[in-house]
Amino acid sequence: MKRILKGLAVLSVATVCAFGASAAEEAGHSAAEPTHFPIFKPHHESWSFAGPFGKYDLAQLQRGLKVYREVCAACHGLNLVSFRTLEGLGYSDAQVKAIAAQYEVQDGPNADGEMFNRPGIPSDYFPSPYPNTEAAAAANNGAAPPDLSLIAKARGVERGFPTFIFDIFTQYAESGPDYLYSLLTGYDQQPPEGMQIPEGTHYNPYFIAGKSLAMPPPLSDGQVTYDDGSPETVKQYSHDVAAFLMWAAEPHMTARKQTGFSVLAFLILFGALVYITKRKVWSEVTH
Amino acid sequence: MSGGHSTYTPKSGIGKWIDARMPLPRLVYDSFVAYPVPRNLNYAYTFGGILSLMLIAQILTGVVLAMHYVSDTSLAFVSVEKIMRDVNSGWLLRYMHANGASFFFIAVYIHIMRGLYYGSYKAPRELLWILGCIIYLLMMATAFMGYVLPWGQMSFWGATVITGFFTAIPLVGEWIQQLLLGGFAVDNPTLNRFFALHYLLPFMIAGVVVLHVWALHVTGQTNPTGIEVKAKTDTVAFTPYATIKDAFAMIVFLAVFAYFIFYMPNYLGHPDNYIEANPLKTPAHIVPEWYFLPFYAILRAITFNIGPIDSKLGGVLAMFGSIAVLFFVPWLDTSRVRSAVYRPWYKLFFWLFVADAIFLGWLGSRPAEGAYVAMAQVATLYYFAFFIVIMPVLGLIETPRRLPNSITEAVLSKNKAHPAVAAKV
Repeated sequence: MKRILKGLAVLSVATVCAFGASAAEEAGHSAAEPTHFPIFKPHHESWSFAGPFGKYDLAQLQRGLKVYREVCAACHGLNLVSFRTLEGLGYSDAQVKAIAAQYEVQDGPNADGEMFNRPGIPSDYFPSPYPNTEAAAAANNGAAPPDLSLIAKARGVERGFPTFIFDIFTQYAESGPDYLYSLLTGYDQQPPEGMQIPEGTHYNPYFIAGKSLAMPPPLSDGQVTYDDGSPETVKQYSHDVAAFLMWAAEPHMTARKQTGFSVLAFLILFGALVYITKRKVWSEVTH
Repeated sequence: MSGGHSTYTPKSGIGKWIDARMPLPRLVYDSFVAYPVPRNLNYAYTFGGILSLMLIAQILTGVVLAMHYVSDTSLAFVSVEKIMRDVNSGWLLRYMHANGASFFFIAVYIHIMRGLYYGSYKAPRELLWILGCIIYLLMMATAFMGYVLPWGQMSFWGATVITGFFTAIPLVGEWIQQLLLGGFAVDNPTLNRFFALHYLLPFMIAGVVVLHVWALHVTGQTNPTGIEVKAKTDTVAFTPYATIKDAFAMIVFLAVFAYFIFYMPNYLGHPDNYIEANPLKTPAHIVPEWYFLPFYAILRAITFNIGPIDSKLGGVLAMFGSIAVLFFVPWLDTSRVRSAVYRPWYKLFFWLFVADAIFLGWLGSRPAEGAYVAMAQVATLYYFAFFIVIMPVLGLIETPRRLPNSITEAVLSKNKAHPAVAAKV
């Protein structure tokens, strides 16, 4: 074992030297024309669903849904989320039916072969704001606004060495909502002197794929009315909608973490018993 | 199976009846109960069992996932999301399967490294080693095709890049690529044949695993000393000794696996694969799954032409060569001593090789530009030098440390140094 440890030490020293050399190479790009994005790393926000015992905050999810419906839904779809799953936000059957009924959904063909519109029912999915991707692109300067069903898992700013190793132990899995929050609150920053911002785009140092993006600042203070007395600020809206989008991307997260606790508790207990048994079995053998 | 005579004696009437007609219980008894294993195996030797467990787990979760998956480019992505959202425990099955692939590779890399460290490939275990290399190749093919199935951006572009390698082969390259794709680009026929092959290959792996275990049971296991078993005192019975030790290692491995499944299921994946495949939009950086990154780095390290071989073909040859070289390891290593325990210089170069492979993996995740290319070239050079230069030369010039006469002697002398442990005998 000592030999293996010694070997590991050699290995780690060699690796660290190599990484250090490369990190030194990476530094150095000008402030006015950066080459690596995002310009700023996302903020680390505090989320109710982080950590091994994390749970969604249902009131927050309901506020986030409200922000989505009143703001984001104008341009962004939520194609993979059905109304029936909104029960996961703490809504009753009747409330889910009422929310669904506020949408118009195309159905058909009927017996006459005609397509028709009807109010939504719980088994329907959130209808897209545009009939197809081409229409979405045509209405938005050629760039179709992405569907938001999975956006909280589809965006992750690279963590870099050695942070990505620490992330395993700190159980950091909130890079999606952190990114969304940072992007939504990042529009108030001014571009550094000399930076050229293409026309029709908006500077945002938290944007993952460039210095500016086509989406204009979507949120402003007081834009959405909250019924529960939460502050009606861009920060609060961003926080709530990012949490809601995490739920939309991973509706079973709470169940997953709870199952995980039972599974790990079982494995650790069982492992301890097997280890004791192993010691007993091997006690008569020198090895 | 190991040549020794069987000690199985059926006790019940039914047992005797079956034993006279089709002695499967005898085979199982001789292979997994009475089978002698060296008494000094450490936990590095438990990964064979762990790998069998992972293969079974992948097949079981995979079969259920296949009941819900649709291999059609317009439905594949959505069908995976249906599994995640609507299928009972679908999220668990899919996260087990996706992370299972990663943990399968973690286990296989430890297994291969153990083989390289203790010289497990040396005579008479060359075929055992080669069968293992074949399993590893099949695993790579299976994992690559499995990654295409969710039809995300990395699925699509990964498939495009990797099938594109084949066009570098002169004369038949284009034909091979089109055969793989079922057309001129990654599309529905590609997805369908990859799904069919992804379902087929694991059973081929299982078949080769049977041969691998068979070969193992003919030659017997190596052990940390590298000295062959000489007497009965060198060994213990597989059951209960190896069984209980393997079981404990499996549980520890499963606990780490569970930690990832339940708490960071997307840590080992790429966020871009949650974006549906779009043939018109190339991702900024196309990267394969982490377990292919060292080979990806080797592929991209060849940026220069070598005589008539252009850089593209050179990269592909280097990449395939980096795996092909494993097949020749039994003959590249000229050392008379098997285990690195008694080879101080080999030990050093071995750990440098491990560091090099991890470094190559990290380079594979970086863009192929600037200093990264130079570093990848140096690392690739060491990767091949380890096998082609260091292994044959070191075996001839290195002075190994004194070998013990037997496993039993090694074990007893080790425990003499630690009287507290020996006292328990």
